[in-house]
Amino acid sequence: MEKKPKSKICKESVPMPKQKLEERIHNFNEVALGYTEEQAVAEAKRCLQCPEPKCAEGCPVDIDIQAFIKLIAERKFDEAIAKVKEKNSLPAICGRVCPQEEQCQNACVMGKVGDPVNIGRLERFVADYEMKKGAETPRKQAPTGKRVAVIGSGPAGLITAADLAKLGHEVVVFEALHKLGGVLTYGIPAFRMPKEIVQAEADYVRKLGVEIKLNALIGRLHTIPELLKNGFTAVFIGTGAGLPTFLGLPNESLGGIYSANEFLIRVNLMKSYAFPDYDTPIRVGEKVAVIGAGNVAMDSARCALRLGAKEVYIVYRRSRNEMPARAEEIENAEEEGIILKLLTNPTKFFGDEQGWVKQMECIKMRLGEPDQSGRRRPIPIESSEFIMNVDTVVIAIGRTPNPIIQRTTEGLQTTKRGTIIVDEETGQTSLEGVYAGGDIVTGEATVISAMGAGKRAARSIHDYLMNE
Amino acid sequence: MYRIVAMQTLAPQTKLIEIYAPEIVAKAHAGQFVILRVDEEGERIPLTLADWKPEANTITLIFQEVGVSTIKLGSLNVNEELCDVVGPLGNPTDVRNYGTVVIVGGGVGIAPCLPITKAFKKTGSRVISIIGARNEKLLILEREMRCICDEVHISTDDGSKGHKGFVSDVLNILIKKGYSIDIVYAIGPSVMMRAIAETTRPHKIKTVVSLNPIMVDGMGMCGACRVSVGGKVKFACVDGPEFDAHQVDFDQLIKRQRAFLAEERTALEHWEKCRGN
Ligand SMILES: Cc1cc2nc3c(=O)[nH]c(=O)nc-3n(C[C@H](O)[C@H](O)[C@H](O)COP(=O)(O)OP(=O)(O)OC[C@H]3O[C@@H](n4cnc5c(N)ncnc54)[C@H](O)[C@@H]3O)c2cc1C
Ligand SMILES: Cc1cc2nc3c(=O)[nH]c(=O)nc-3n(C[C@H](O)[C@H](O)[C@H](O)COP(=O)(O)OP(=O)(O)OC[C@H]3O[C@@H](n4cnc5c(N)ncnc54)[C@H](O)[C@@H]3O)c2cc1C
Ligand code: FES
Repeated sequence: MEKKPKSKICKESVPMPKQKLEERIHNFNEVALGYTEEQAVAEAKRCLQCPEPKCAEGCPVDIDIQAFIKLIAERKFDEAIAKVKEKNSLPAICGRVCPQEEQCQNACVMGKVGDPVNIGRLERFVADYEMKKGAETPRKQAPTGKRVAVIGSGPAGLITAADLAKLGHEVVVFEALHKLGGVLTYGIPAFRMPKEIVQAEADYVRKLGVEIKLNALIGRLHTIPELLKNGFTAVFIGTGAGLPTFLGLPNESLGGIYSANEFLIRVNLMKSYAFPDYDTPIRVGEKVAVIGAGNVAMDSARCALRLGAKEVYIVYRRSRNEMPARAEEIENAEEEGIILKLLTNPTKFFGDEQGWVKQMECIKMRLGEPDQSGRRRPIPIESSEFIMNVDTVVIAIGRTPNPIIQRTTEGLQTTKRGTIIVDEETGQTSLEGVYAGGDIVTGEATVISAMGAGKRAARSIHDYLMNE
Repeated sequence: MYRIVAMQTLAPQTKLIEIYAPEIVAKAHAGQFVILRVDEEGERIPLTLADWKPEANTITLIFQEVGVSTIKLGSLNVNEELCDVVGPLGNPTDVRNYGTVVIVGGGVGIAPCLPITKAFKKTGSRVISIIGARNEKLLILEREMRCICDEVHISTDDGSKGHKGFVSDVLNILIKKGYSIDIVYAIGPSVMMRAIAETTRPHKIKTVVSLNPIMVDGMGMCGACRVSVGGKVKFACVDGPEFDAHQVDFDQLIKRQRAFLAEERTALEHWEKCRGN
């Protein structure tokens, strides 16, 4: 029998204040505005402070969740952020983009009687609180004189760099693009991940003494063996999964058909939403179809809307239950008027005389038996083809590992899918002193799993350096 | 930072820039390119290495001012700095002694031919070049090519210098004359490369072209540069930029290169207006 909740239990979580719907669909400012102090304290007080908390088990980086929430409830915000940062150097990022509903919040006991405590929003609150105040320079251990090269400045690379620097090692991060942050910068749009936040978190990493070298494509500019020969004792590879996948359908090369990565890189990294003040163009028509239903698809659809599209569709071959995006982002997208076309799969494209896409043929699908992924397999319904008029298509069906390191590093073992093979415990690759983690190892996953892998690798690299 | 060491006008709307970039110099190979950004608002502009000087630690690029990004680049002065330069990108040319190599450069495409020509010459190959432009004034690097090549042939569209017509016509003449050619390298406008591919196809002469589709990141992350080669999708930036000319779908390439024409015009007008004020 269910216990009757005590009267002081508040079943509903404090709602997140958001930018007004009519306004936000025309700008790239952050949609979720963050809790005020009062709201944060009220939400924190909902936590039951369970004797055996389940939430922490759901956290890939082991944040002492219960403790930091208690500190918020007591208005000890400085102590709360210090508690979070014991485990996570980049909380303003995680608080915004982690799939908390599948992790910590999924385990929260409050979820059984009402809404789980909104741990993500509380994490974001303390991180933003500190950022407004100006973060203190973190403490570091005495220099060890050892040098480590970190390749890639996404979440995996940044966390590894931060943890190793704290341990007193000298760290250089090599980033191929002209901005650091990986997907946080080039992929996730500003309305979900303001670029000042990424810069501020990166500044924290810099304050630890980490040197960040931009425009440095490893494999071409320096190879891994060269780094090891030239003063670096260990190397961490966090190069992510950025290589776009296409559908392989007829006429996919038409103008107006973008990979999600091209679309998002143009918009976020090159700021083409501010074209022509920024030089990189993007063309978005009136009717946009985004193929896929993950976070990348939601981000693309919501960018298209903000770039002036009249109708934006998410075209997905399975049903709502299988949509891989974060619940909050699906909700935001629907609220903004994105139309879901489920159980639908494109089959070919048609273009105009200039070579620009004008129509997309689709087929209806139904769900069959579960496949290897455990999700029900989509099956085409015969003769159910139909035509959608579209003038822009964004393909967001997945990304595979960036290939340059694998192609230029002899002896580095990889899987058939191109991911780098590592020892799960240590993150070590087939080469001595070379470690890897994040999307380059797992294939596309999450920010927090990339950070978890980075933290594990940092610990093993530290052991390796100290025993060397 | 990436300081400009030299800026020189080679021909109308065609400039040579030398940039201090010691790390890139150390790794540069014929056939590779760099991507640069002029300023914070700037596009990522891919340009092929035309030369590099280990003693001065500089790379040399030769570019045509065709739109806002290249005009902005051309408006800079010596000692100013570029915001970003990344490279070397792309696969180096597969340089071997093939016997007789014919190198065909059209317009500003002659520039990337220069290091390739040098590299082939070093292998002991016999190197014949065919260089062409719309008119004599636009013809660049003739002297440099003459210093390296065993033979240099010239064409201009208007006949102001050399053969009147296209570089593909000259190649055709050489083939007809019975030159034994083991491989052809062609770099220039896509229509020119297509013409060269069609010239050599019937004679089954191996032909390599360096493609220049629109690129964004230049490191395999966006797919903007996708081209169809032998019916397969290839990313020119990481799989190329050099491909077997007889396998390339040039029509598709040309269409994709024109995808943003309207926006490119808008950008130029906007920039000119801002500069006017
Ligand atoms: C649009 C989008 C939305 C997403 N939304 C979410 C979300 O809401 N929540 C969530 O948890 N996850 C989300 N993800 C997934 C998440 O962003 C990734 O799992 C995470 O960023 C992986 O981190 P990483 O450090 O392994 O790689 P990345 O973030 O991909 O960073 C890799 C970095 O390495 C650089 N690099 C690559 N090759 C080289 C080289 N040879 N030399 C030097 N540098 C190199 C790249 O330029 C890049 O900066 C999203 C992904 C995308 C694309
Ligand atoms: C691998 C590679 C090597 C190149 N090497 C040289 C070189 O050595 N010298 C030289 O003069 N040019 C070279 N180009 C072409 C050069 O990059 C473009 O002329 C330049 O980007 C045009 O930009 P814009 O803003 O000045 O002109 P725009 O007005 O924007 O465009 C003019 C035309 O240039 C092409 N273009 C536009 N943007 C890009 C882009 N991001 N990437 C590629 N092409 C684009 C388009 O076909 C467009 O129609 C190269 C291109 C590639 C891909
Ligand atoms: S330019 Fe982005 S993949 Fe080639």
